[in-house]
Amino acid sequence: MIISEQKPRKEILEMLTDRKRIFIVGCAACATKCQTGGEDEVKEMKRELEKEGKKITGTIVLDTPCDERIVKKDLSSLPALKNSDSLLIMACGVGLQTIGNLIDRLLVPALNPLFAGTTERIGRYYEYCSLCGDCLLDEFGGICPLTRCAKGLLNGPCGGARDGKCEVNDEVDCIWALIYEKTKEPLKTYYESRDYKKILQPGKRVVR
Amino acid sequence: MSRFSERLKSKKFIITCELFPPKGTDLTNLLEKAERLKGIVDGVNVTDSQRAIMRISPLAVCHILKEKGLEPIFQLTCRDRNRIALQSDLLGASALGIENVLILSGDHPTIGDHPEAKPVYDLDPVQLLKTARTLEKGEDLAGRRLKGIPKFCLGAVANPSFEPLELQILMMEKKVRAGAEFFQTQPIFDLKTFKNFKEKISKLGAKVIIGIFLLKSLKMAQLMDDIGLKIPKEYLKRLGKTEDPLKEGMNIAVDLIKNIKNECDGVHLMALGKEECIPEILRKAGLG
Repeated sequence: MIISEQKPRKEILEMLTDRKRIFIVGCAACATKCQTGGEDEVKEMKRELEKEGKKITGTIVLDTPCDERIVKKDLSSLPALKNSDSLLIMACGVGLQTIGNLIDRLLVPALNPLFAGTTERIGRYYEYCSLCGDCLLDEFGGICPLTRCAKGLLNGPCGGARDGKCEVNDEVDCIWALIYEKTKEPLKTYYESRDYKKILQPGKRVVR
Repeated sequence: MSRFSERLKSKKFIITCELFPPKGTDLTNLLEKAERLKGIVDGVNVTDSQRAIMRISPLAVCHILKEKGLEPIFQLTCRDRNRIALQSDLLGASALGIENVLILSGDHPTIGDHPEAKPVYDLDPVQLLKTARTLEKGEDLAGRRLKGIPKFCLGAVANPSFEPLELQILMMEKKVRAGAEFFQTQPIFDLKTFKNFKEKISKLGAKVIIGIFLLKSLKMAQLMDDIGLKIPKEYLKRLGKTEDPLKEGMNIAVDLIKNIKNECDGVHLMALGKEECIPEILRKAGLG
């Protein structure tokens, strides 16, 4: 899922400085799982903004704000939007932009989307996937070195690991030690340089 | 063929060291140090913004060293350049007569002085070794023909203290298959680590030049120990007791070289700004 964190309140308030009538949108998918933009967080945000003297015109937690169909069905025709000068979006950047495609209001992001990752517990997440468009997980013992090695090295580790920990962050295992525990094959195989046409924007638009 | 490359092909002992390009354009200090190394070492590595701290281009420094009669080894990292820039710099090196290239991934930007920088790592070191060999065949990574073909003497790095060591050996073998002719290792302090490593590289098919680090103080030694480089207690004691830690550090380097010189292809001296000590260390170790 898309891991996110809430922006500091101060930053949110700064973005809302001249805004008086605010509608809050949450996300029932990833942001709920991360406890950054679910029902509870939306309620809490409403309370705090009201304390700051803002008028909250309404709130909704959309099933998936990243889906135009859902935004169209559940959000775009709400009467409360007419009375709102801005929308505070407690969803990732995909959600915000999807809403922006359909609703002509100032949109303010309340979250910082971080990465596609896994959850150990709330607040402890690990990035696992770079959404690269060319999955390699049949190799490498099912562990993605492109994402989980700090340097994205495909042919094996750098020499920087100390006591099995990454040179960039000593709380993180050198992923090559984990790959090696599962399979030695990647150390014997040569992997070509990656085709970044497939990986980087604007190549990631999948149209069928 | 470069002088360094000839030396690699001979059975002679190889001595290299490294110089750090400055932050800025004033090369006076570097060139003074370089002058003292002339005729004493077989190659001088010029680091590529080592520790991810921005410094003057190693390619420019290599060119100037070569003009002064030294034998430069151009360090080229994957950290800051994509495949276009890497190939471009390799061709540039060749046009300047710089044949010796040490290829490495490069310390990650987050540990350097521009932690906000975008890390590149478009190619990894193995892919870059292979790319350099592709250029030697007269074509680039896109399969386009080159006008004028470069020639390189390619090296890579290895870490004898890496655990599991087996993984590091497989990595070295892969680098040899990709085109590495020589290795320069991270520093070794501990003879057990050396012996263990040496046993496993006997069939590698590339020269392995062992890193020797000049410990300048007890504090530095403790720091190295903390990051996993296993400094023997005896050395820590010696550095702790002495009035002149630099001199003791030199003695330690001499002892290390004496202990390993008959069992390895060469040594790579890392003096971290005290390059003027290198001639004396080599002389005392019986290599000068």
